[in-house]
Amino acid sequence: MYARDCSGGEAVPKRPKEVAEWSESGTTKSPQAVESRNMKNKSAFFNGLAAGLPIGLGYFAVSFSLGIVARRAGLTPFQGFLASFLELASAGEYALFTSIEQLVTYIEVALITFVVNARYLLMSCALSQRFSSDTPFFHRFFVGFGITDEIFGVSIAQQGALNPFYTYGVMAVAVPLWSIGTSLGIIAGNMLPGMAVDALSVALYGMFLAIIIPPAKKNMTIAVAVLVSFALSWGASVLPLVKNLSGGNRTIILTVAISAVLAYLKPVEREESVS
Amino acid sequence: MKGNIYIYIFVAFAVSYLIRVLPLTLIRKPIKNVFIRSFLYYVPYVTLSVMTFPAIVQATSSQLAGLAALVVGVILAFLGAGLFPVSIACCLVAFLAQWLGNLL
Repeated sequence: MYARDCSGGEAVPKRPKEVAEWSESGTTKSPQAVESRNMKNKSAFFNGLAAGLPIGLGYFAVSFSLGIVARRAGLTPFQGFLASFLELASAGEYALFTSIEQLVTYIEVALITFVVNARYLLMSCALSQRFSSDTPFFHRFFVGFGITDEIFGVSIAQQGALNPFYTYGVMAVAVPLWSIGTSLGIIAGNMLPGMAVDALSVALYGMFLAIIIPPAKKNMTIAVAVLVSFALSWGASVLPLVKNLSGGNRTIILTVAISAVLAYLKPVEREESVS
Repeated sequence: MKGNIYIYIFVAFAVSYLIRVLPLTLIRKPIKNVFIRSFLYYVPYVTLSVMTFPAIVQATSSQLAGLAALVVGVILAFLGAGLFPVSIACCLVAFLAQWLGNLL
């Protein structure tokens, strides 16, 4: 999916220069044109809301279990809400909370956040090819804020140029549910019996499995990547010396090393679907 | 190091926001370097795999419960179940396995 999106920039027809400027500057002339654009944005927003609901419900369950991790790390419900609202990434927040729990340095948090969220670089690149030239530039700052695996997935699946209001619609449902779920996980995690908390904390790994297994089924190299990662991750958790590193550090080192070796041995010439 | 939680949150926000917004605003041309593209292509699968195992087995008080959740999660995801069903199924299996373990 990526290669087409990344290299297909020319596929989006360039609008005449004066039309682009006309929209960018916002000095609109024709009232009909304004109204038709507003209608389009509105319907895109509502389509986004509809797509956001199932995403948001899934987010809620997962962020609730993230809240349990956050509580263990000593975050208050407000801090959990803030972290989820601002970072908006399951694996990234899991890394953040476990890092806080393990008292690592700010630099290490920056590093692991970068490594764990590096895939958003590619998604951001793919989305940049989907912006029509008459979409005002500032939308890129807000659409970028909402890039997650799922929100990116439904946004890039739209036909033709991306209407940012579609992504805003998805975000309007999914982001609050994600953030509130974390707070509730921190609050209710206290009240639930230990066995139920243990069970819920598995939800997060269940979601990770649901992300990695389907592509592994279709692509042999990804399947090998998953198995090798499982094996080395287990090895790193029992090997003397290595096992004394924090979980976050082990994740960084293993991710960079395994991905680099795979990229060297099996470069992806034409990329298949990622999400 | 015992740091300030708000600074941790801000660092994570700043890094992840820059990752998301810099390509969108700066890179107008596609990434051509095959190695970097391939590297970024593999990163999500590798990092999620590394974080899932063996952590899922250690998340519950009994390792067998975590293992059962892992097996059921892999099978359901393989059969094409979505994020939400797989998550919930893993929870239920882990809960039931622990409950059964306590009975025995």
